[in-house]
Amino acid sequence: MAEVSIRKLNKMFDVTHVVKDVDLEIRDKEFVVLVGPSGCGKTTTLRMVAGLEAITSGQILIDDAVVNEVPPMDRDIAMVFQNYALYPHMSVAGNMAFGLKMRKFAKPEIETRIKRAAAILGIENLLERKPRQLSGGQRQRVALGRAIVRDPKVFLFDEPLSNLDAKLRVQMRVELKKLHERLGTTAIYVTHDQVEAMTLGDRVVVMKDGWVQQVGEPLELYNTPANRFVAGFIGSPAMNFIEATLGESGGAVVAEAPGLRLALPGPLAARARAKAGRAVTIGIRPEDVHVATDSDAPDLCFDATVEVVEQLGSEILLDTRVGSATVVASVEPTMRIRSNDRLRLSLKPERLHLFDSETEAAI
Amino acid sequence: MIEGALWRRWVFYNIPLILFVFVLLFPFYWMIITTFRPDGELYRPWNAVNYMPFWTNNPTLEHIFYLFEETNFMRWMFNTMFIALVSTVISLFCGVLAGYALARLNFPYAGGLGTAIFITYLVPQTLLFIPLAEIIRNFRLGDTPWSLILTYPTFLIPFCTWLMMGYFKAIPKELEECARIDGASRWKAMVYIVIPVAVPGILSSGIIAFTLSWNEFIYALVFLSSPDQKTVPVGVTSELIRGDVFFWGPLMAGALLGSIPVAIVYSFFVEHYVSGLTGSVKG
Repeated sequence: MAEVSIRKLNKMFDVTHVVKDVDLEIRDKEFVVLVGPSGCGKTTTLRMVAGLEAITSGQILIDDAVVNEVPPMDRDIAMVFQNYALYPHMSVAGNMAFGLKMRKFAKPEIETRIKRAAAILGIENLLERKPRQLSGGQRQRVALGRAIVRDPKVFLFDEPLSNLDAKLRVQMRVELKKLHERLGTTAIYVTHDQVEAMTLGDRVVVMKDGWVQQVGEPLELYNTPANRFVAGFIGSPAMNFIEATLGESGGAVVAEAPGLRLALPGPLAARARAKAGRAVTIGIRPEDVHVATDSDAPDLCFDATVEVVEQLGSEILLDTRVGSATVVASVEPTMRIRSNDRLRLSLKPERLHLFDSETEAAI
Repeated sequence: MIEGALWRRWVFYNIPLILFVFVLLFPFYWMIITTFRPDGELYRPWNAVNYMPFWTNNPTLEHIFYLFEETNFMRWMFNTMFIALVSTVISLFCGVLAGYALARLNFPYAGGLGTAIFITYLVPQTLLFIPLAEIIRNFRLGDTPWSLILTYPTFLIPFCTWLMMGYFKAIPKELEECARIDGASRWKAMVYIVIPVAVPGILSSGIIAFTLSWNEFIYALVFLSSPDQKTVPVGVTSELIRGDVFFWGPLMAGALLGSIPVAIVYSFFVEHYVSGLTGSVKG
C-alpha cells in the first residue's frame, strides 16, 4: 500500500534547470513509466524520489508523508540500477541479504525471504555464486531479487534493461510485467525506450527538457498525443509530420502542403477552424496511411513516389515522397511495390492529428 | 610483443630487457655474493693472481654471525618493523578516510584540497626535516620510535590519500547508493560495501607505504642517535662504516637481510597489488 505524490518538483544543478515543475500522482499498485530522450530529467526525478539527489524545490510524498528530508534508508523503497550495482564481494545470497541485515531482520526470516525471491526469479541454483560469475540476465535477476526480498513500499527502476541484448530485453520485459502483477508493488520505471514504456506502464509520463509533456495510459498517449513531441516519440515507426497551412474552401477546412490537400474531418475541422491561415503540422501514423481505393474520399487522397521499400515480413514500410515531405506508409506484406513506383495514397480521417507549428500543441 | 624480423626483436625487445634485468638484479647478486665471501677474498687487491670478484669457493657465514653477535641488528630489525607497521597503519587509516571524503563527499573545494594534499607530498624530505627536527625537539620525542612514527605520515598520508582517492573514484557510485537505499547509513555503506571493494587499493597503498617507511633514511638518521633505537638502514650504515673503514661483509649481510621482509610482503600480496594499481573493479 503506497502512493507517491510529486508536487511542483524542481531540480537545479548549479545553473542548469533539469527538472521543471513536475507534478505526478502515483496510485497504489500502479506501474508508472517515465520516458523521454536522454537529458530529459527522468532519471533525476527518480533519484529525487529515492533520496539520492537533494530537492531544489517542491515536495515528494510517500503515503502522504513528505519525504524531502528523509534519507534513502528510511524511505522504504528499493531501486534497481542500470548497471545492477551488485556488491562484487558478496555472493548472490549475500547481496539479497544485505538490505535485510541492515534492517536487523532475524536470520530465519532472511533465509525464507531469499528462498522465496529466488524461487520467483528462478535463481535458486545461483545463490552461492559471486556476481562476476553471472551472465547479464542472471545479474539482472539478482538485482531484482535484491529489491523483492525487501518487500518495499515502492520499486524504482532506472533503465534496468538497457544493458541486456535485444532478445533478453524482450524476455525480461515480460517477466517484469508478470512480476509486477504478482507482487502488486507500486513501481516507478525510467526508460528511454518507448516500447518498454508502452508495454510495461499502467500509465506513462513523457518528459522532455525537464518538463512533463503528457501523462496518460499507453493507448491514450498513442491515440491522442498532447503535442508534436509526444506524437513523434511514442510509436514505432514514428508518426509522419507534414508542414501545412490551414485554409477554408467551400465551407470545409483544408490543410494544404505541396502535393497535398486534405479536407479535415468534422470534429478536427471544428477545432481547427479558428486557426485558419495559420501554419500547422499534420501528423499521421504509418499504419493509418494506405494505398487508395475507390471507396476513399478523393479529398483525402494524394500522390506519392516510393523511395525505399522496407520488407519487415509482417508488413512493408514504404518511404514515399509527397511534395517536399517524406511519408512512411505501412502496407500489407502481400503488395508488390518497388522503389520509384508512383502510388495514390489515402489515410484514415479519424486518425489525423494536427499540431500548431508554433506551440507544437495538438489542435 | 614486437613483431617482424628477428634482429628487430633482439634490438628493441630482448637486448633492452636483458640489460634492464641485469641492472636491476646485479646489486642483489653483489649483495649476496659479498655476504658469503670471507674477508680474505673481499680485501684481495684487483691485480692479485687469484682475484675472483663474482664467485667464491669458500662460502662463509662469518659476516652474518658478526651482524647478529657484534651489532644490534635484531634490535634494528625490530625497530624498523615496529615503526614501519605503526606508521603504515596510521597513514592507511587517515588516507582511506580522506581519500573517500575527497572522492565522494561533494563538499566545496574538494578538488583543490586534493591537489593541495598531493603538493605536500612533493615537498622534499631533505628540506622538511629541518622544521620537523624543531618540532620533534619541542615535543621531546628525539631518539624514540615516536619521532619517526609521527613524522613518516607527513609524506605517507598524502600519498595514501591520493592513491585511495583515485581508487574510490573508480568504484561505481551506484554500489554505495544501492546500499544506502538498502538501509545502510553513509558510514555503514562505506564500511560494508566501499571499503571491502577497495581492498586491493588499500593493500597497494599499504605495501608502498610500508616499503617507503622501511627504507626511509634521512629522518631516521636525524631523529635517532642511540645505537639501540636505530632502524636497519641507519644502523647498518652508521655502525658498519667506521670512519673510512667499510665492513663490506656485514654491511652487505645487513642489506640483504634488511630487504627480505619487503620482498616477502610484495610476493605475498602481488596479485592484489597489481589489480590495485590497475584499478579494476568489476560489478
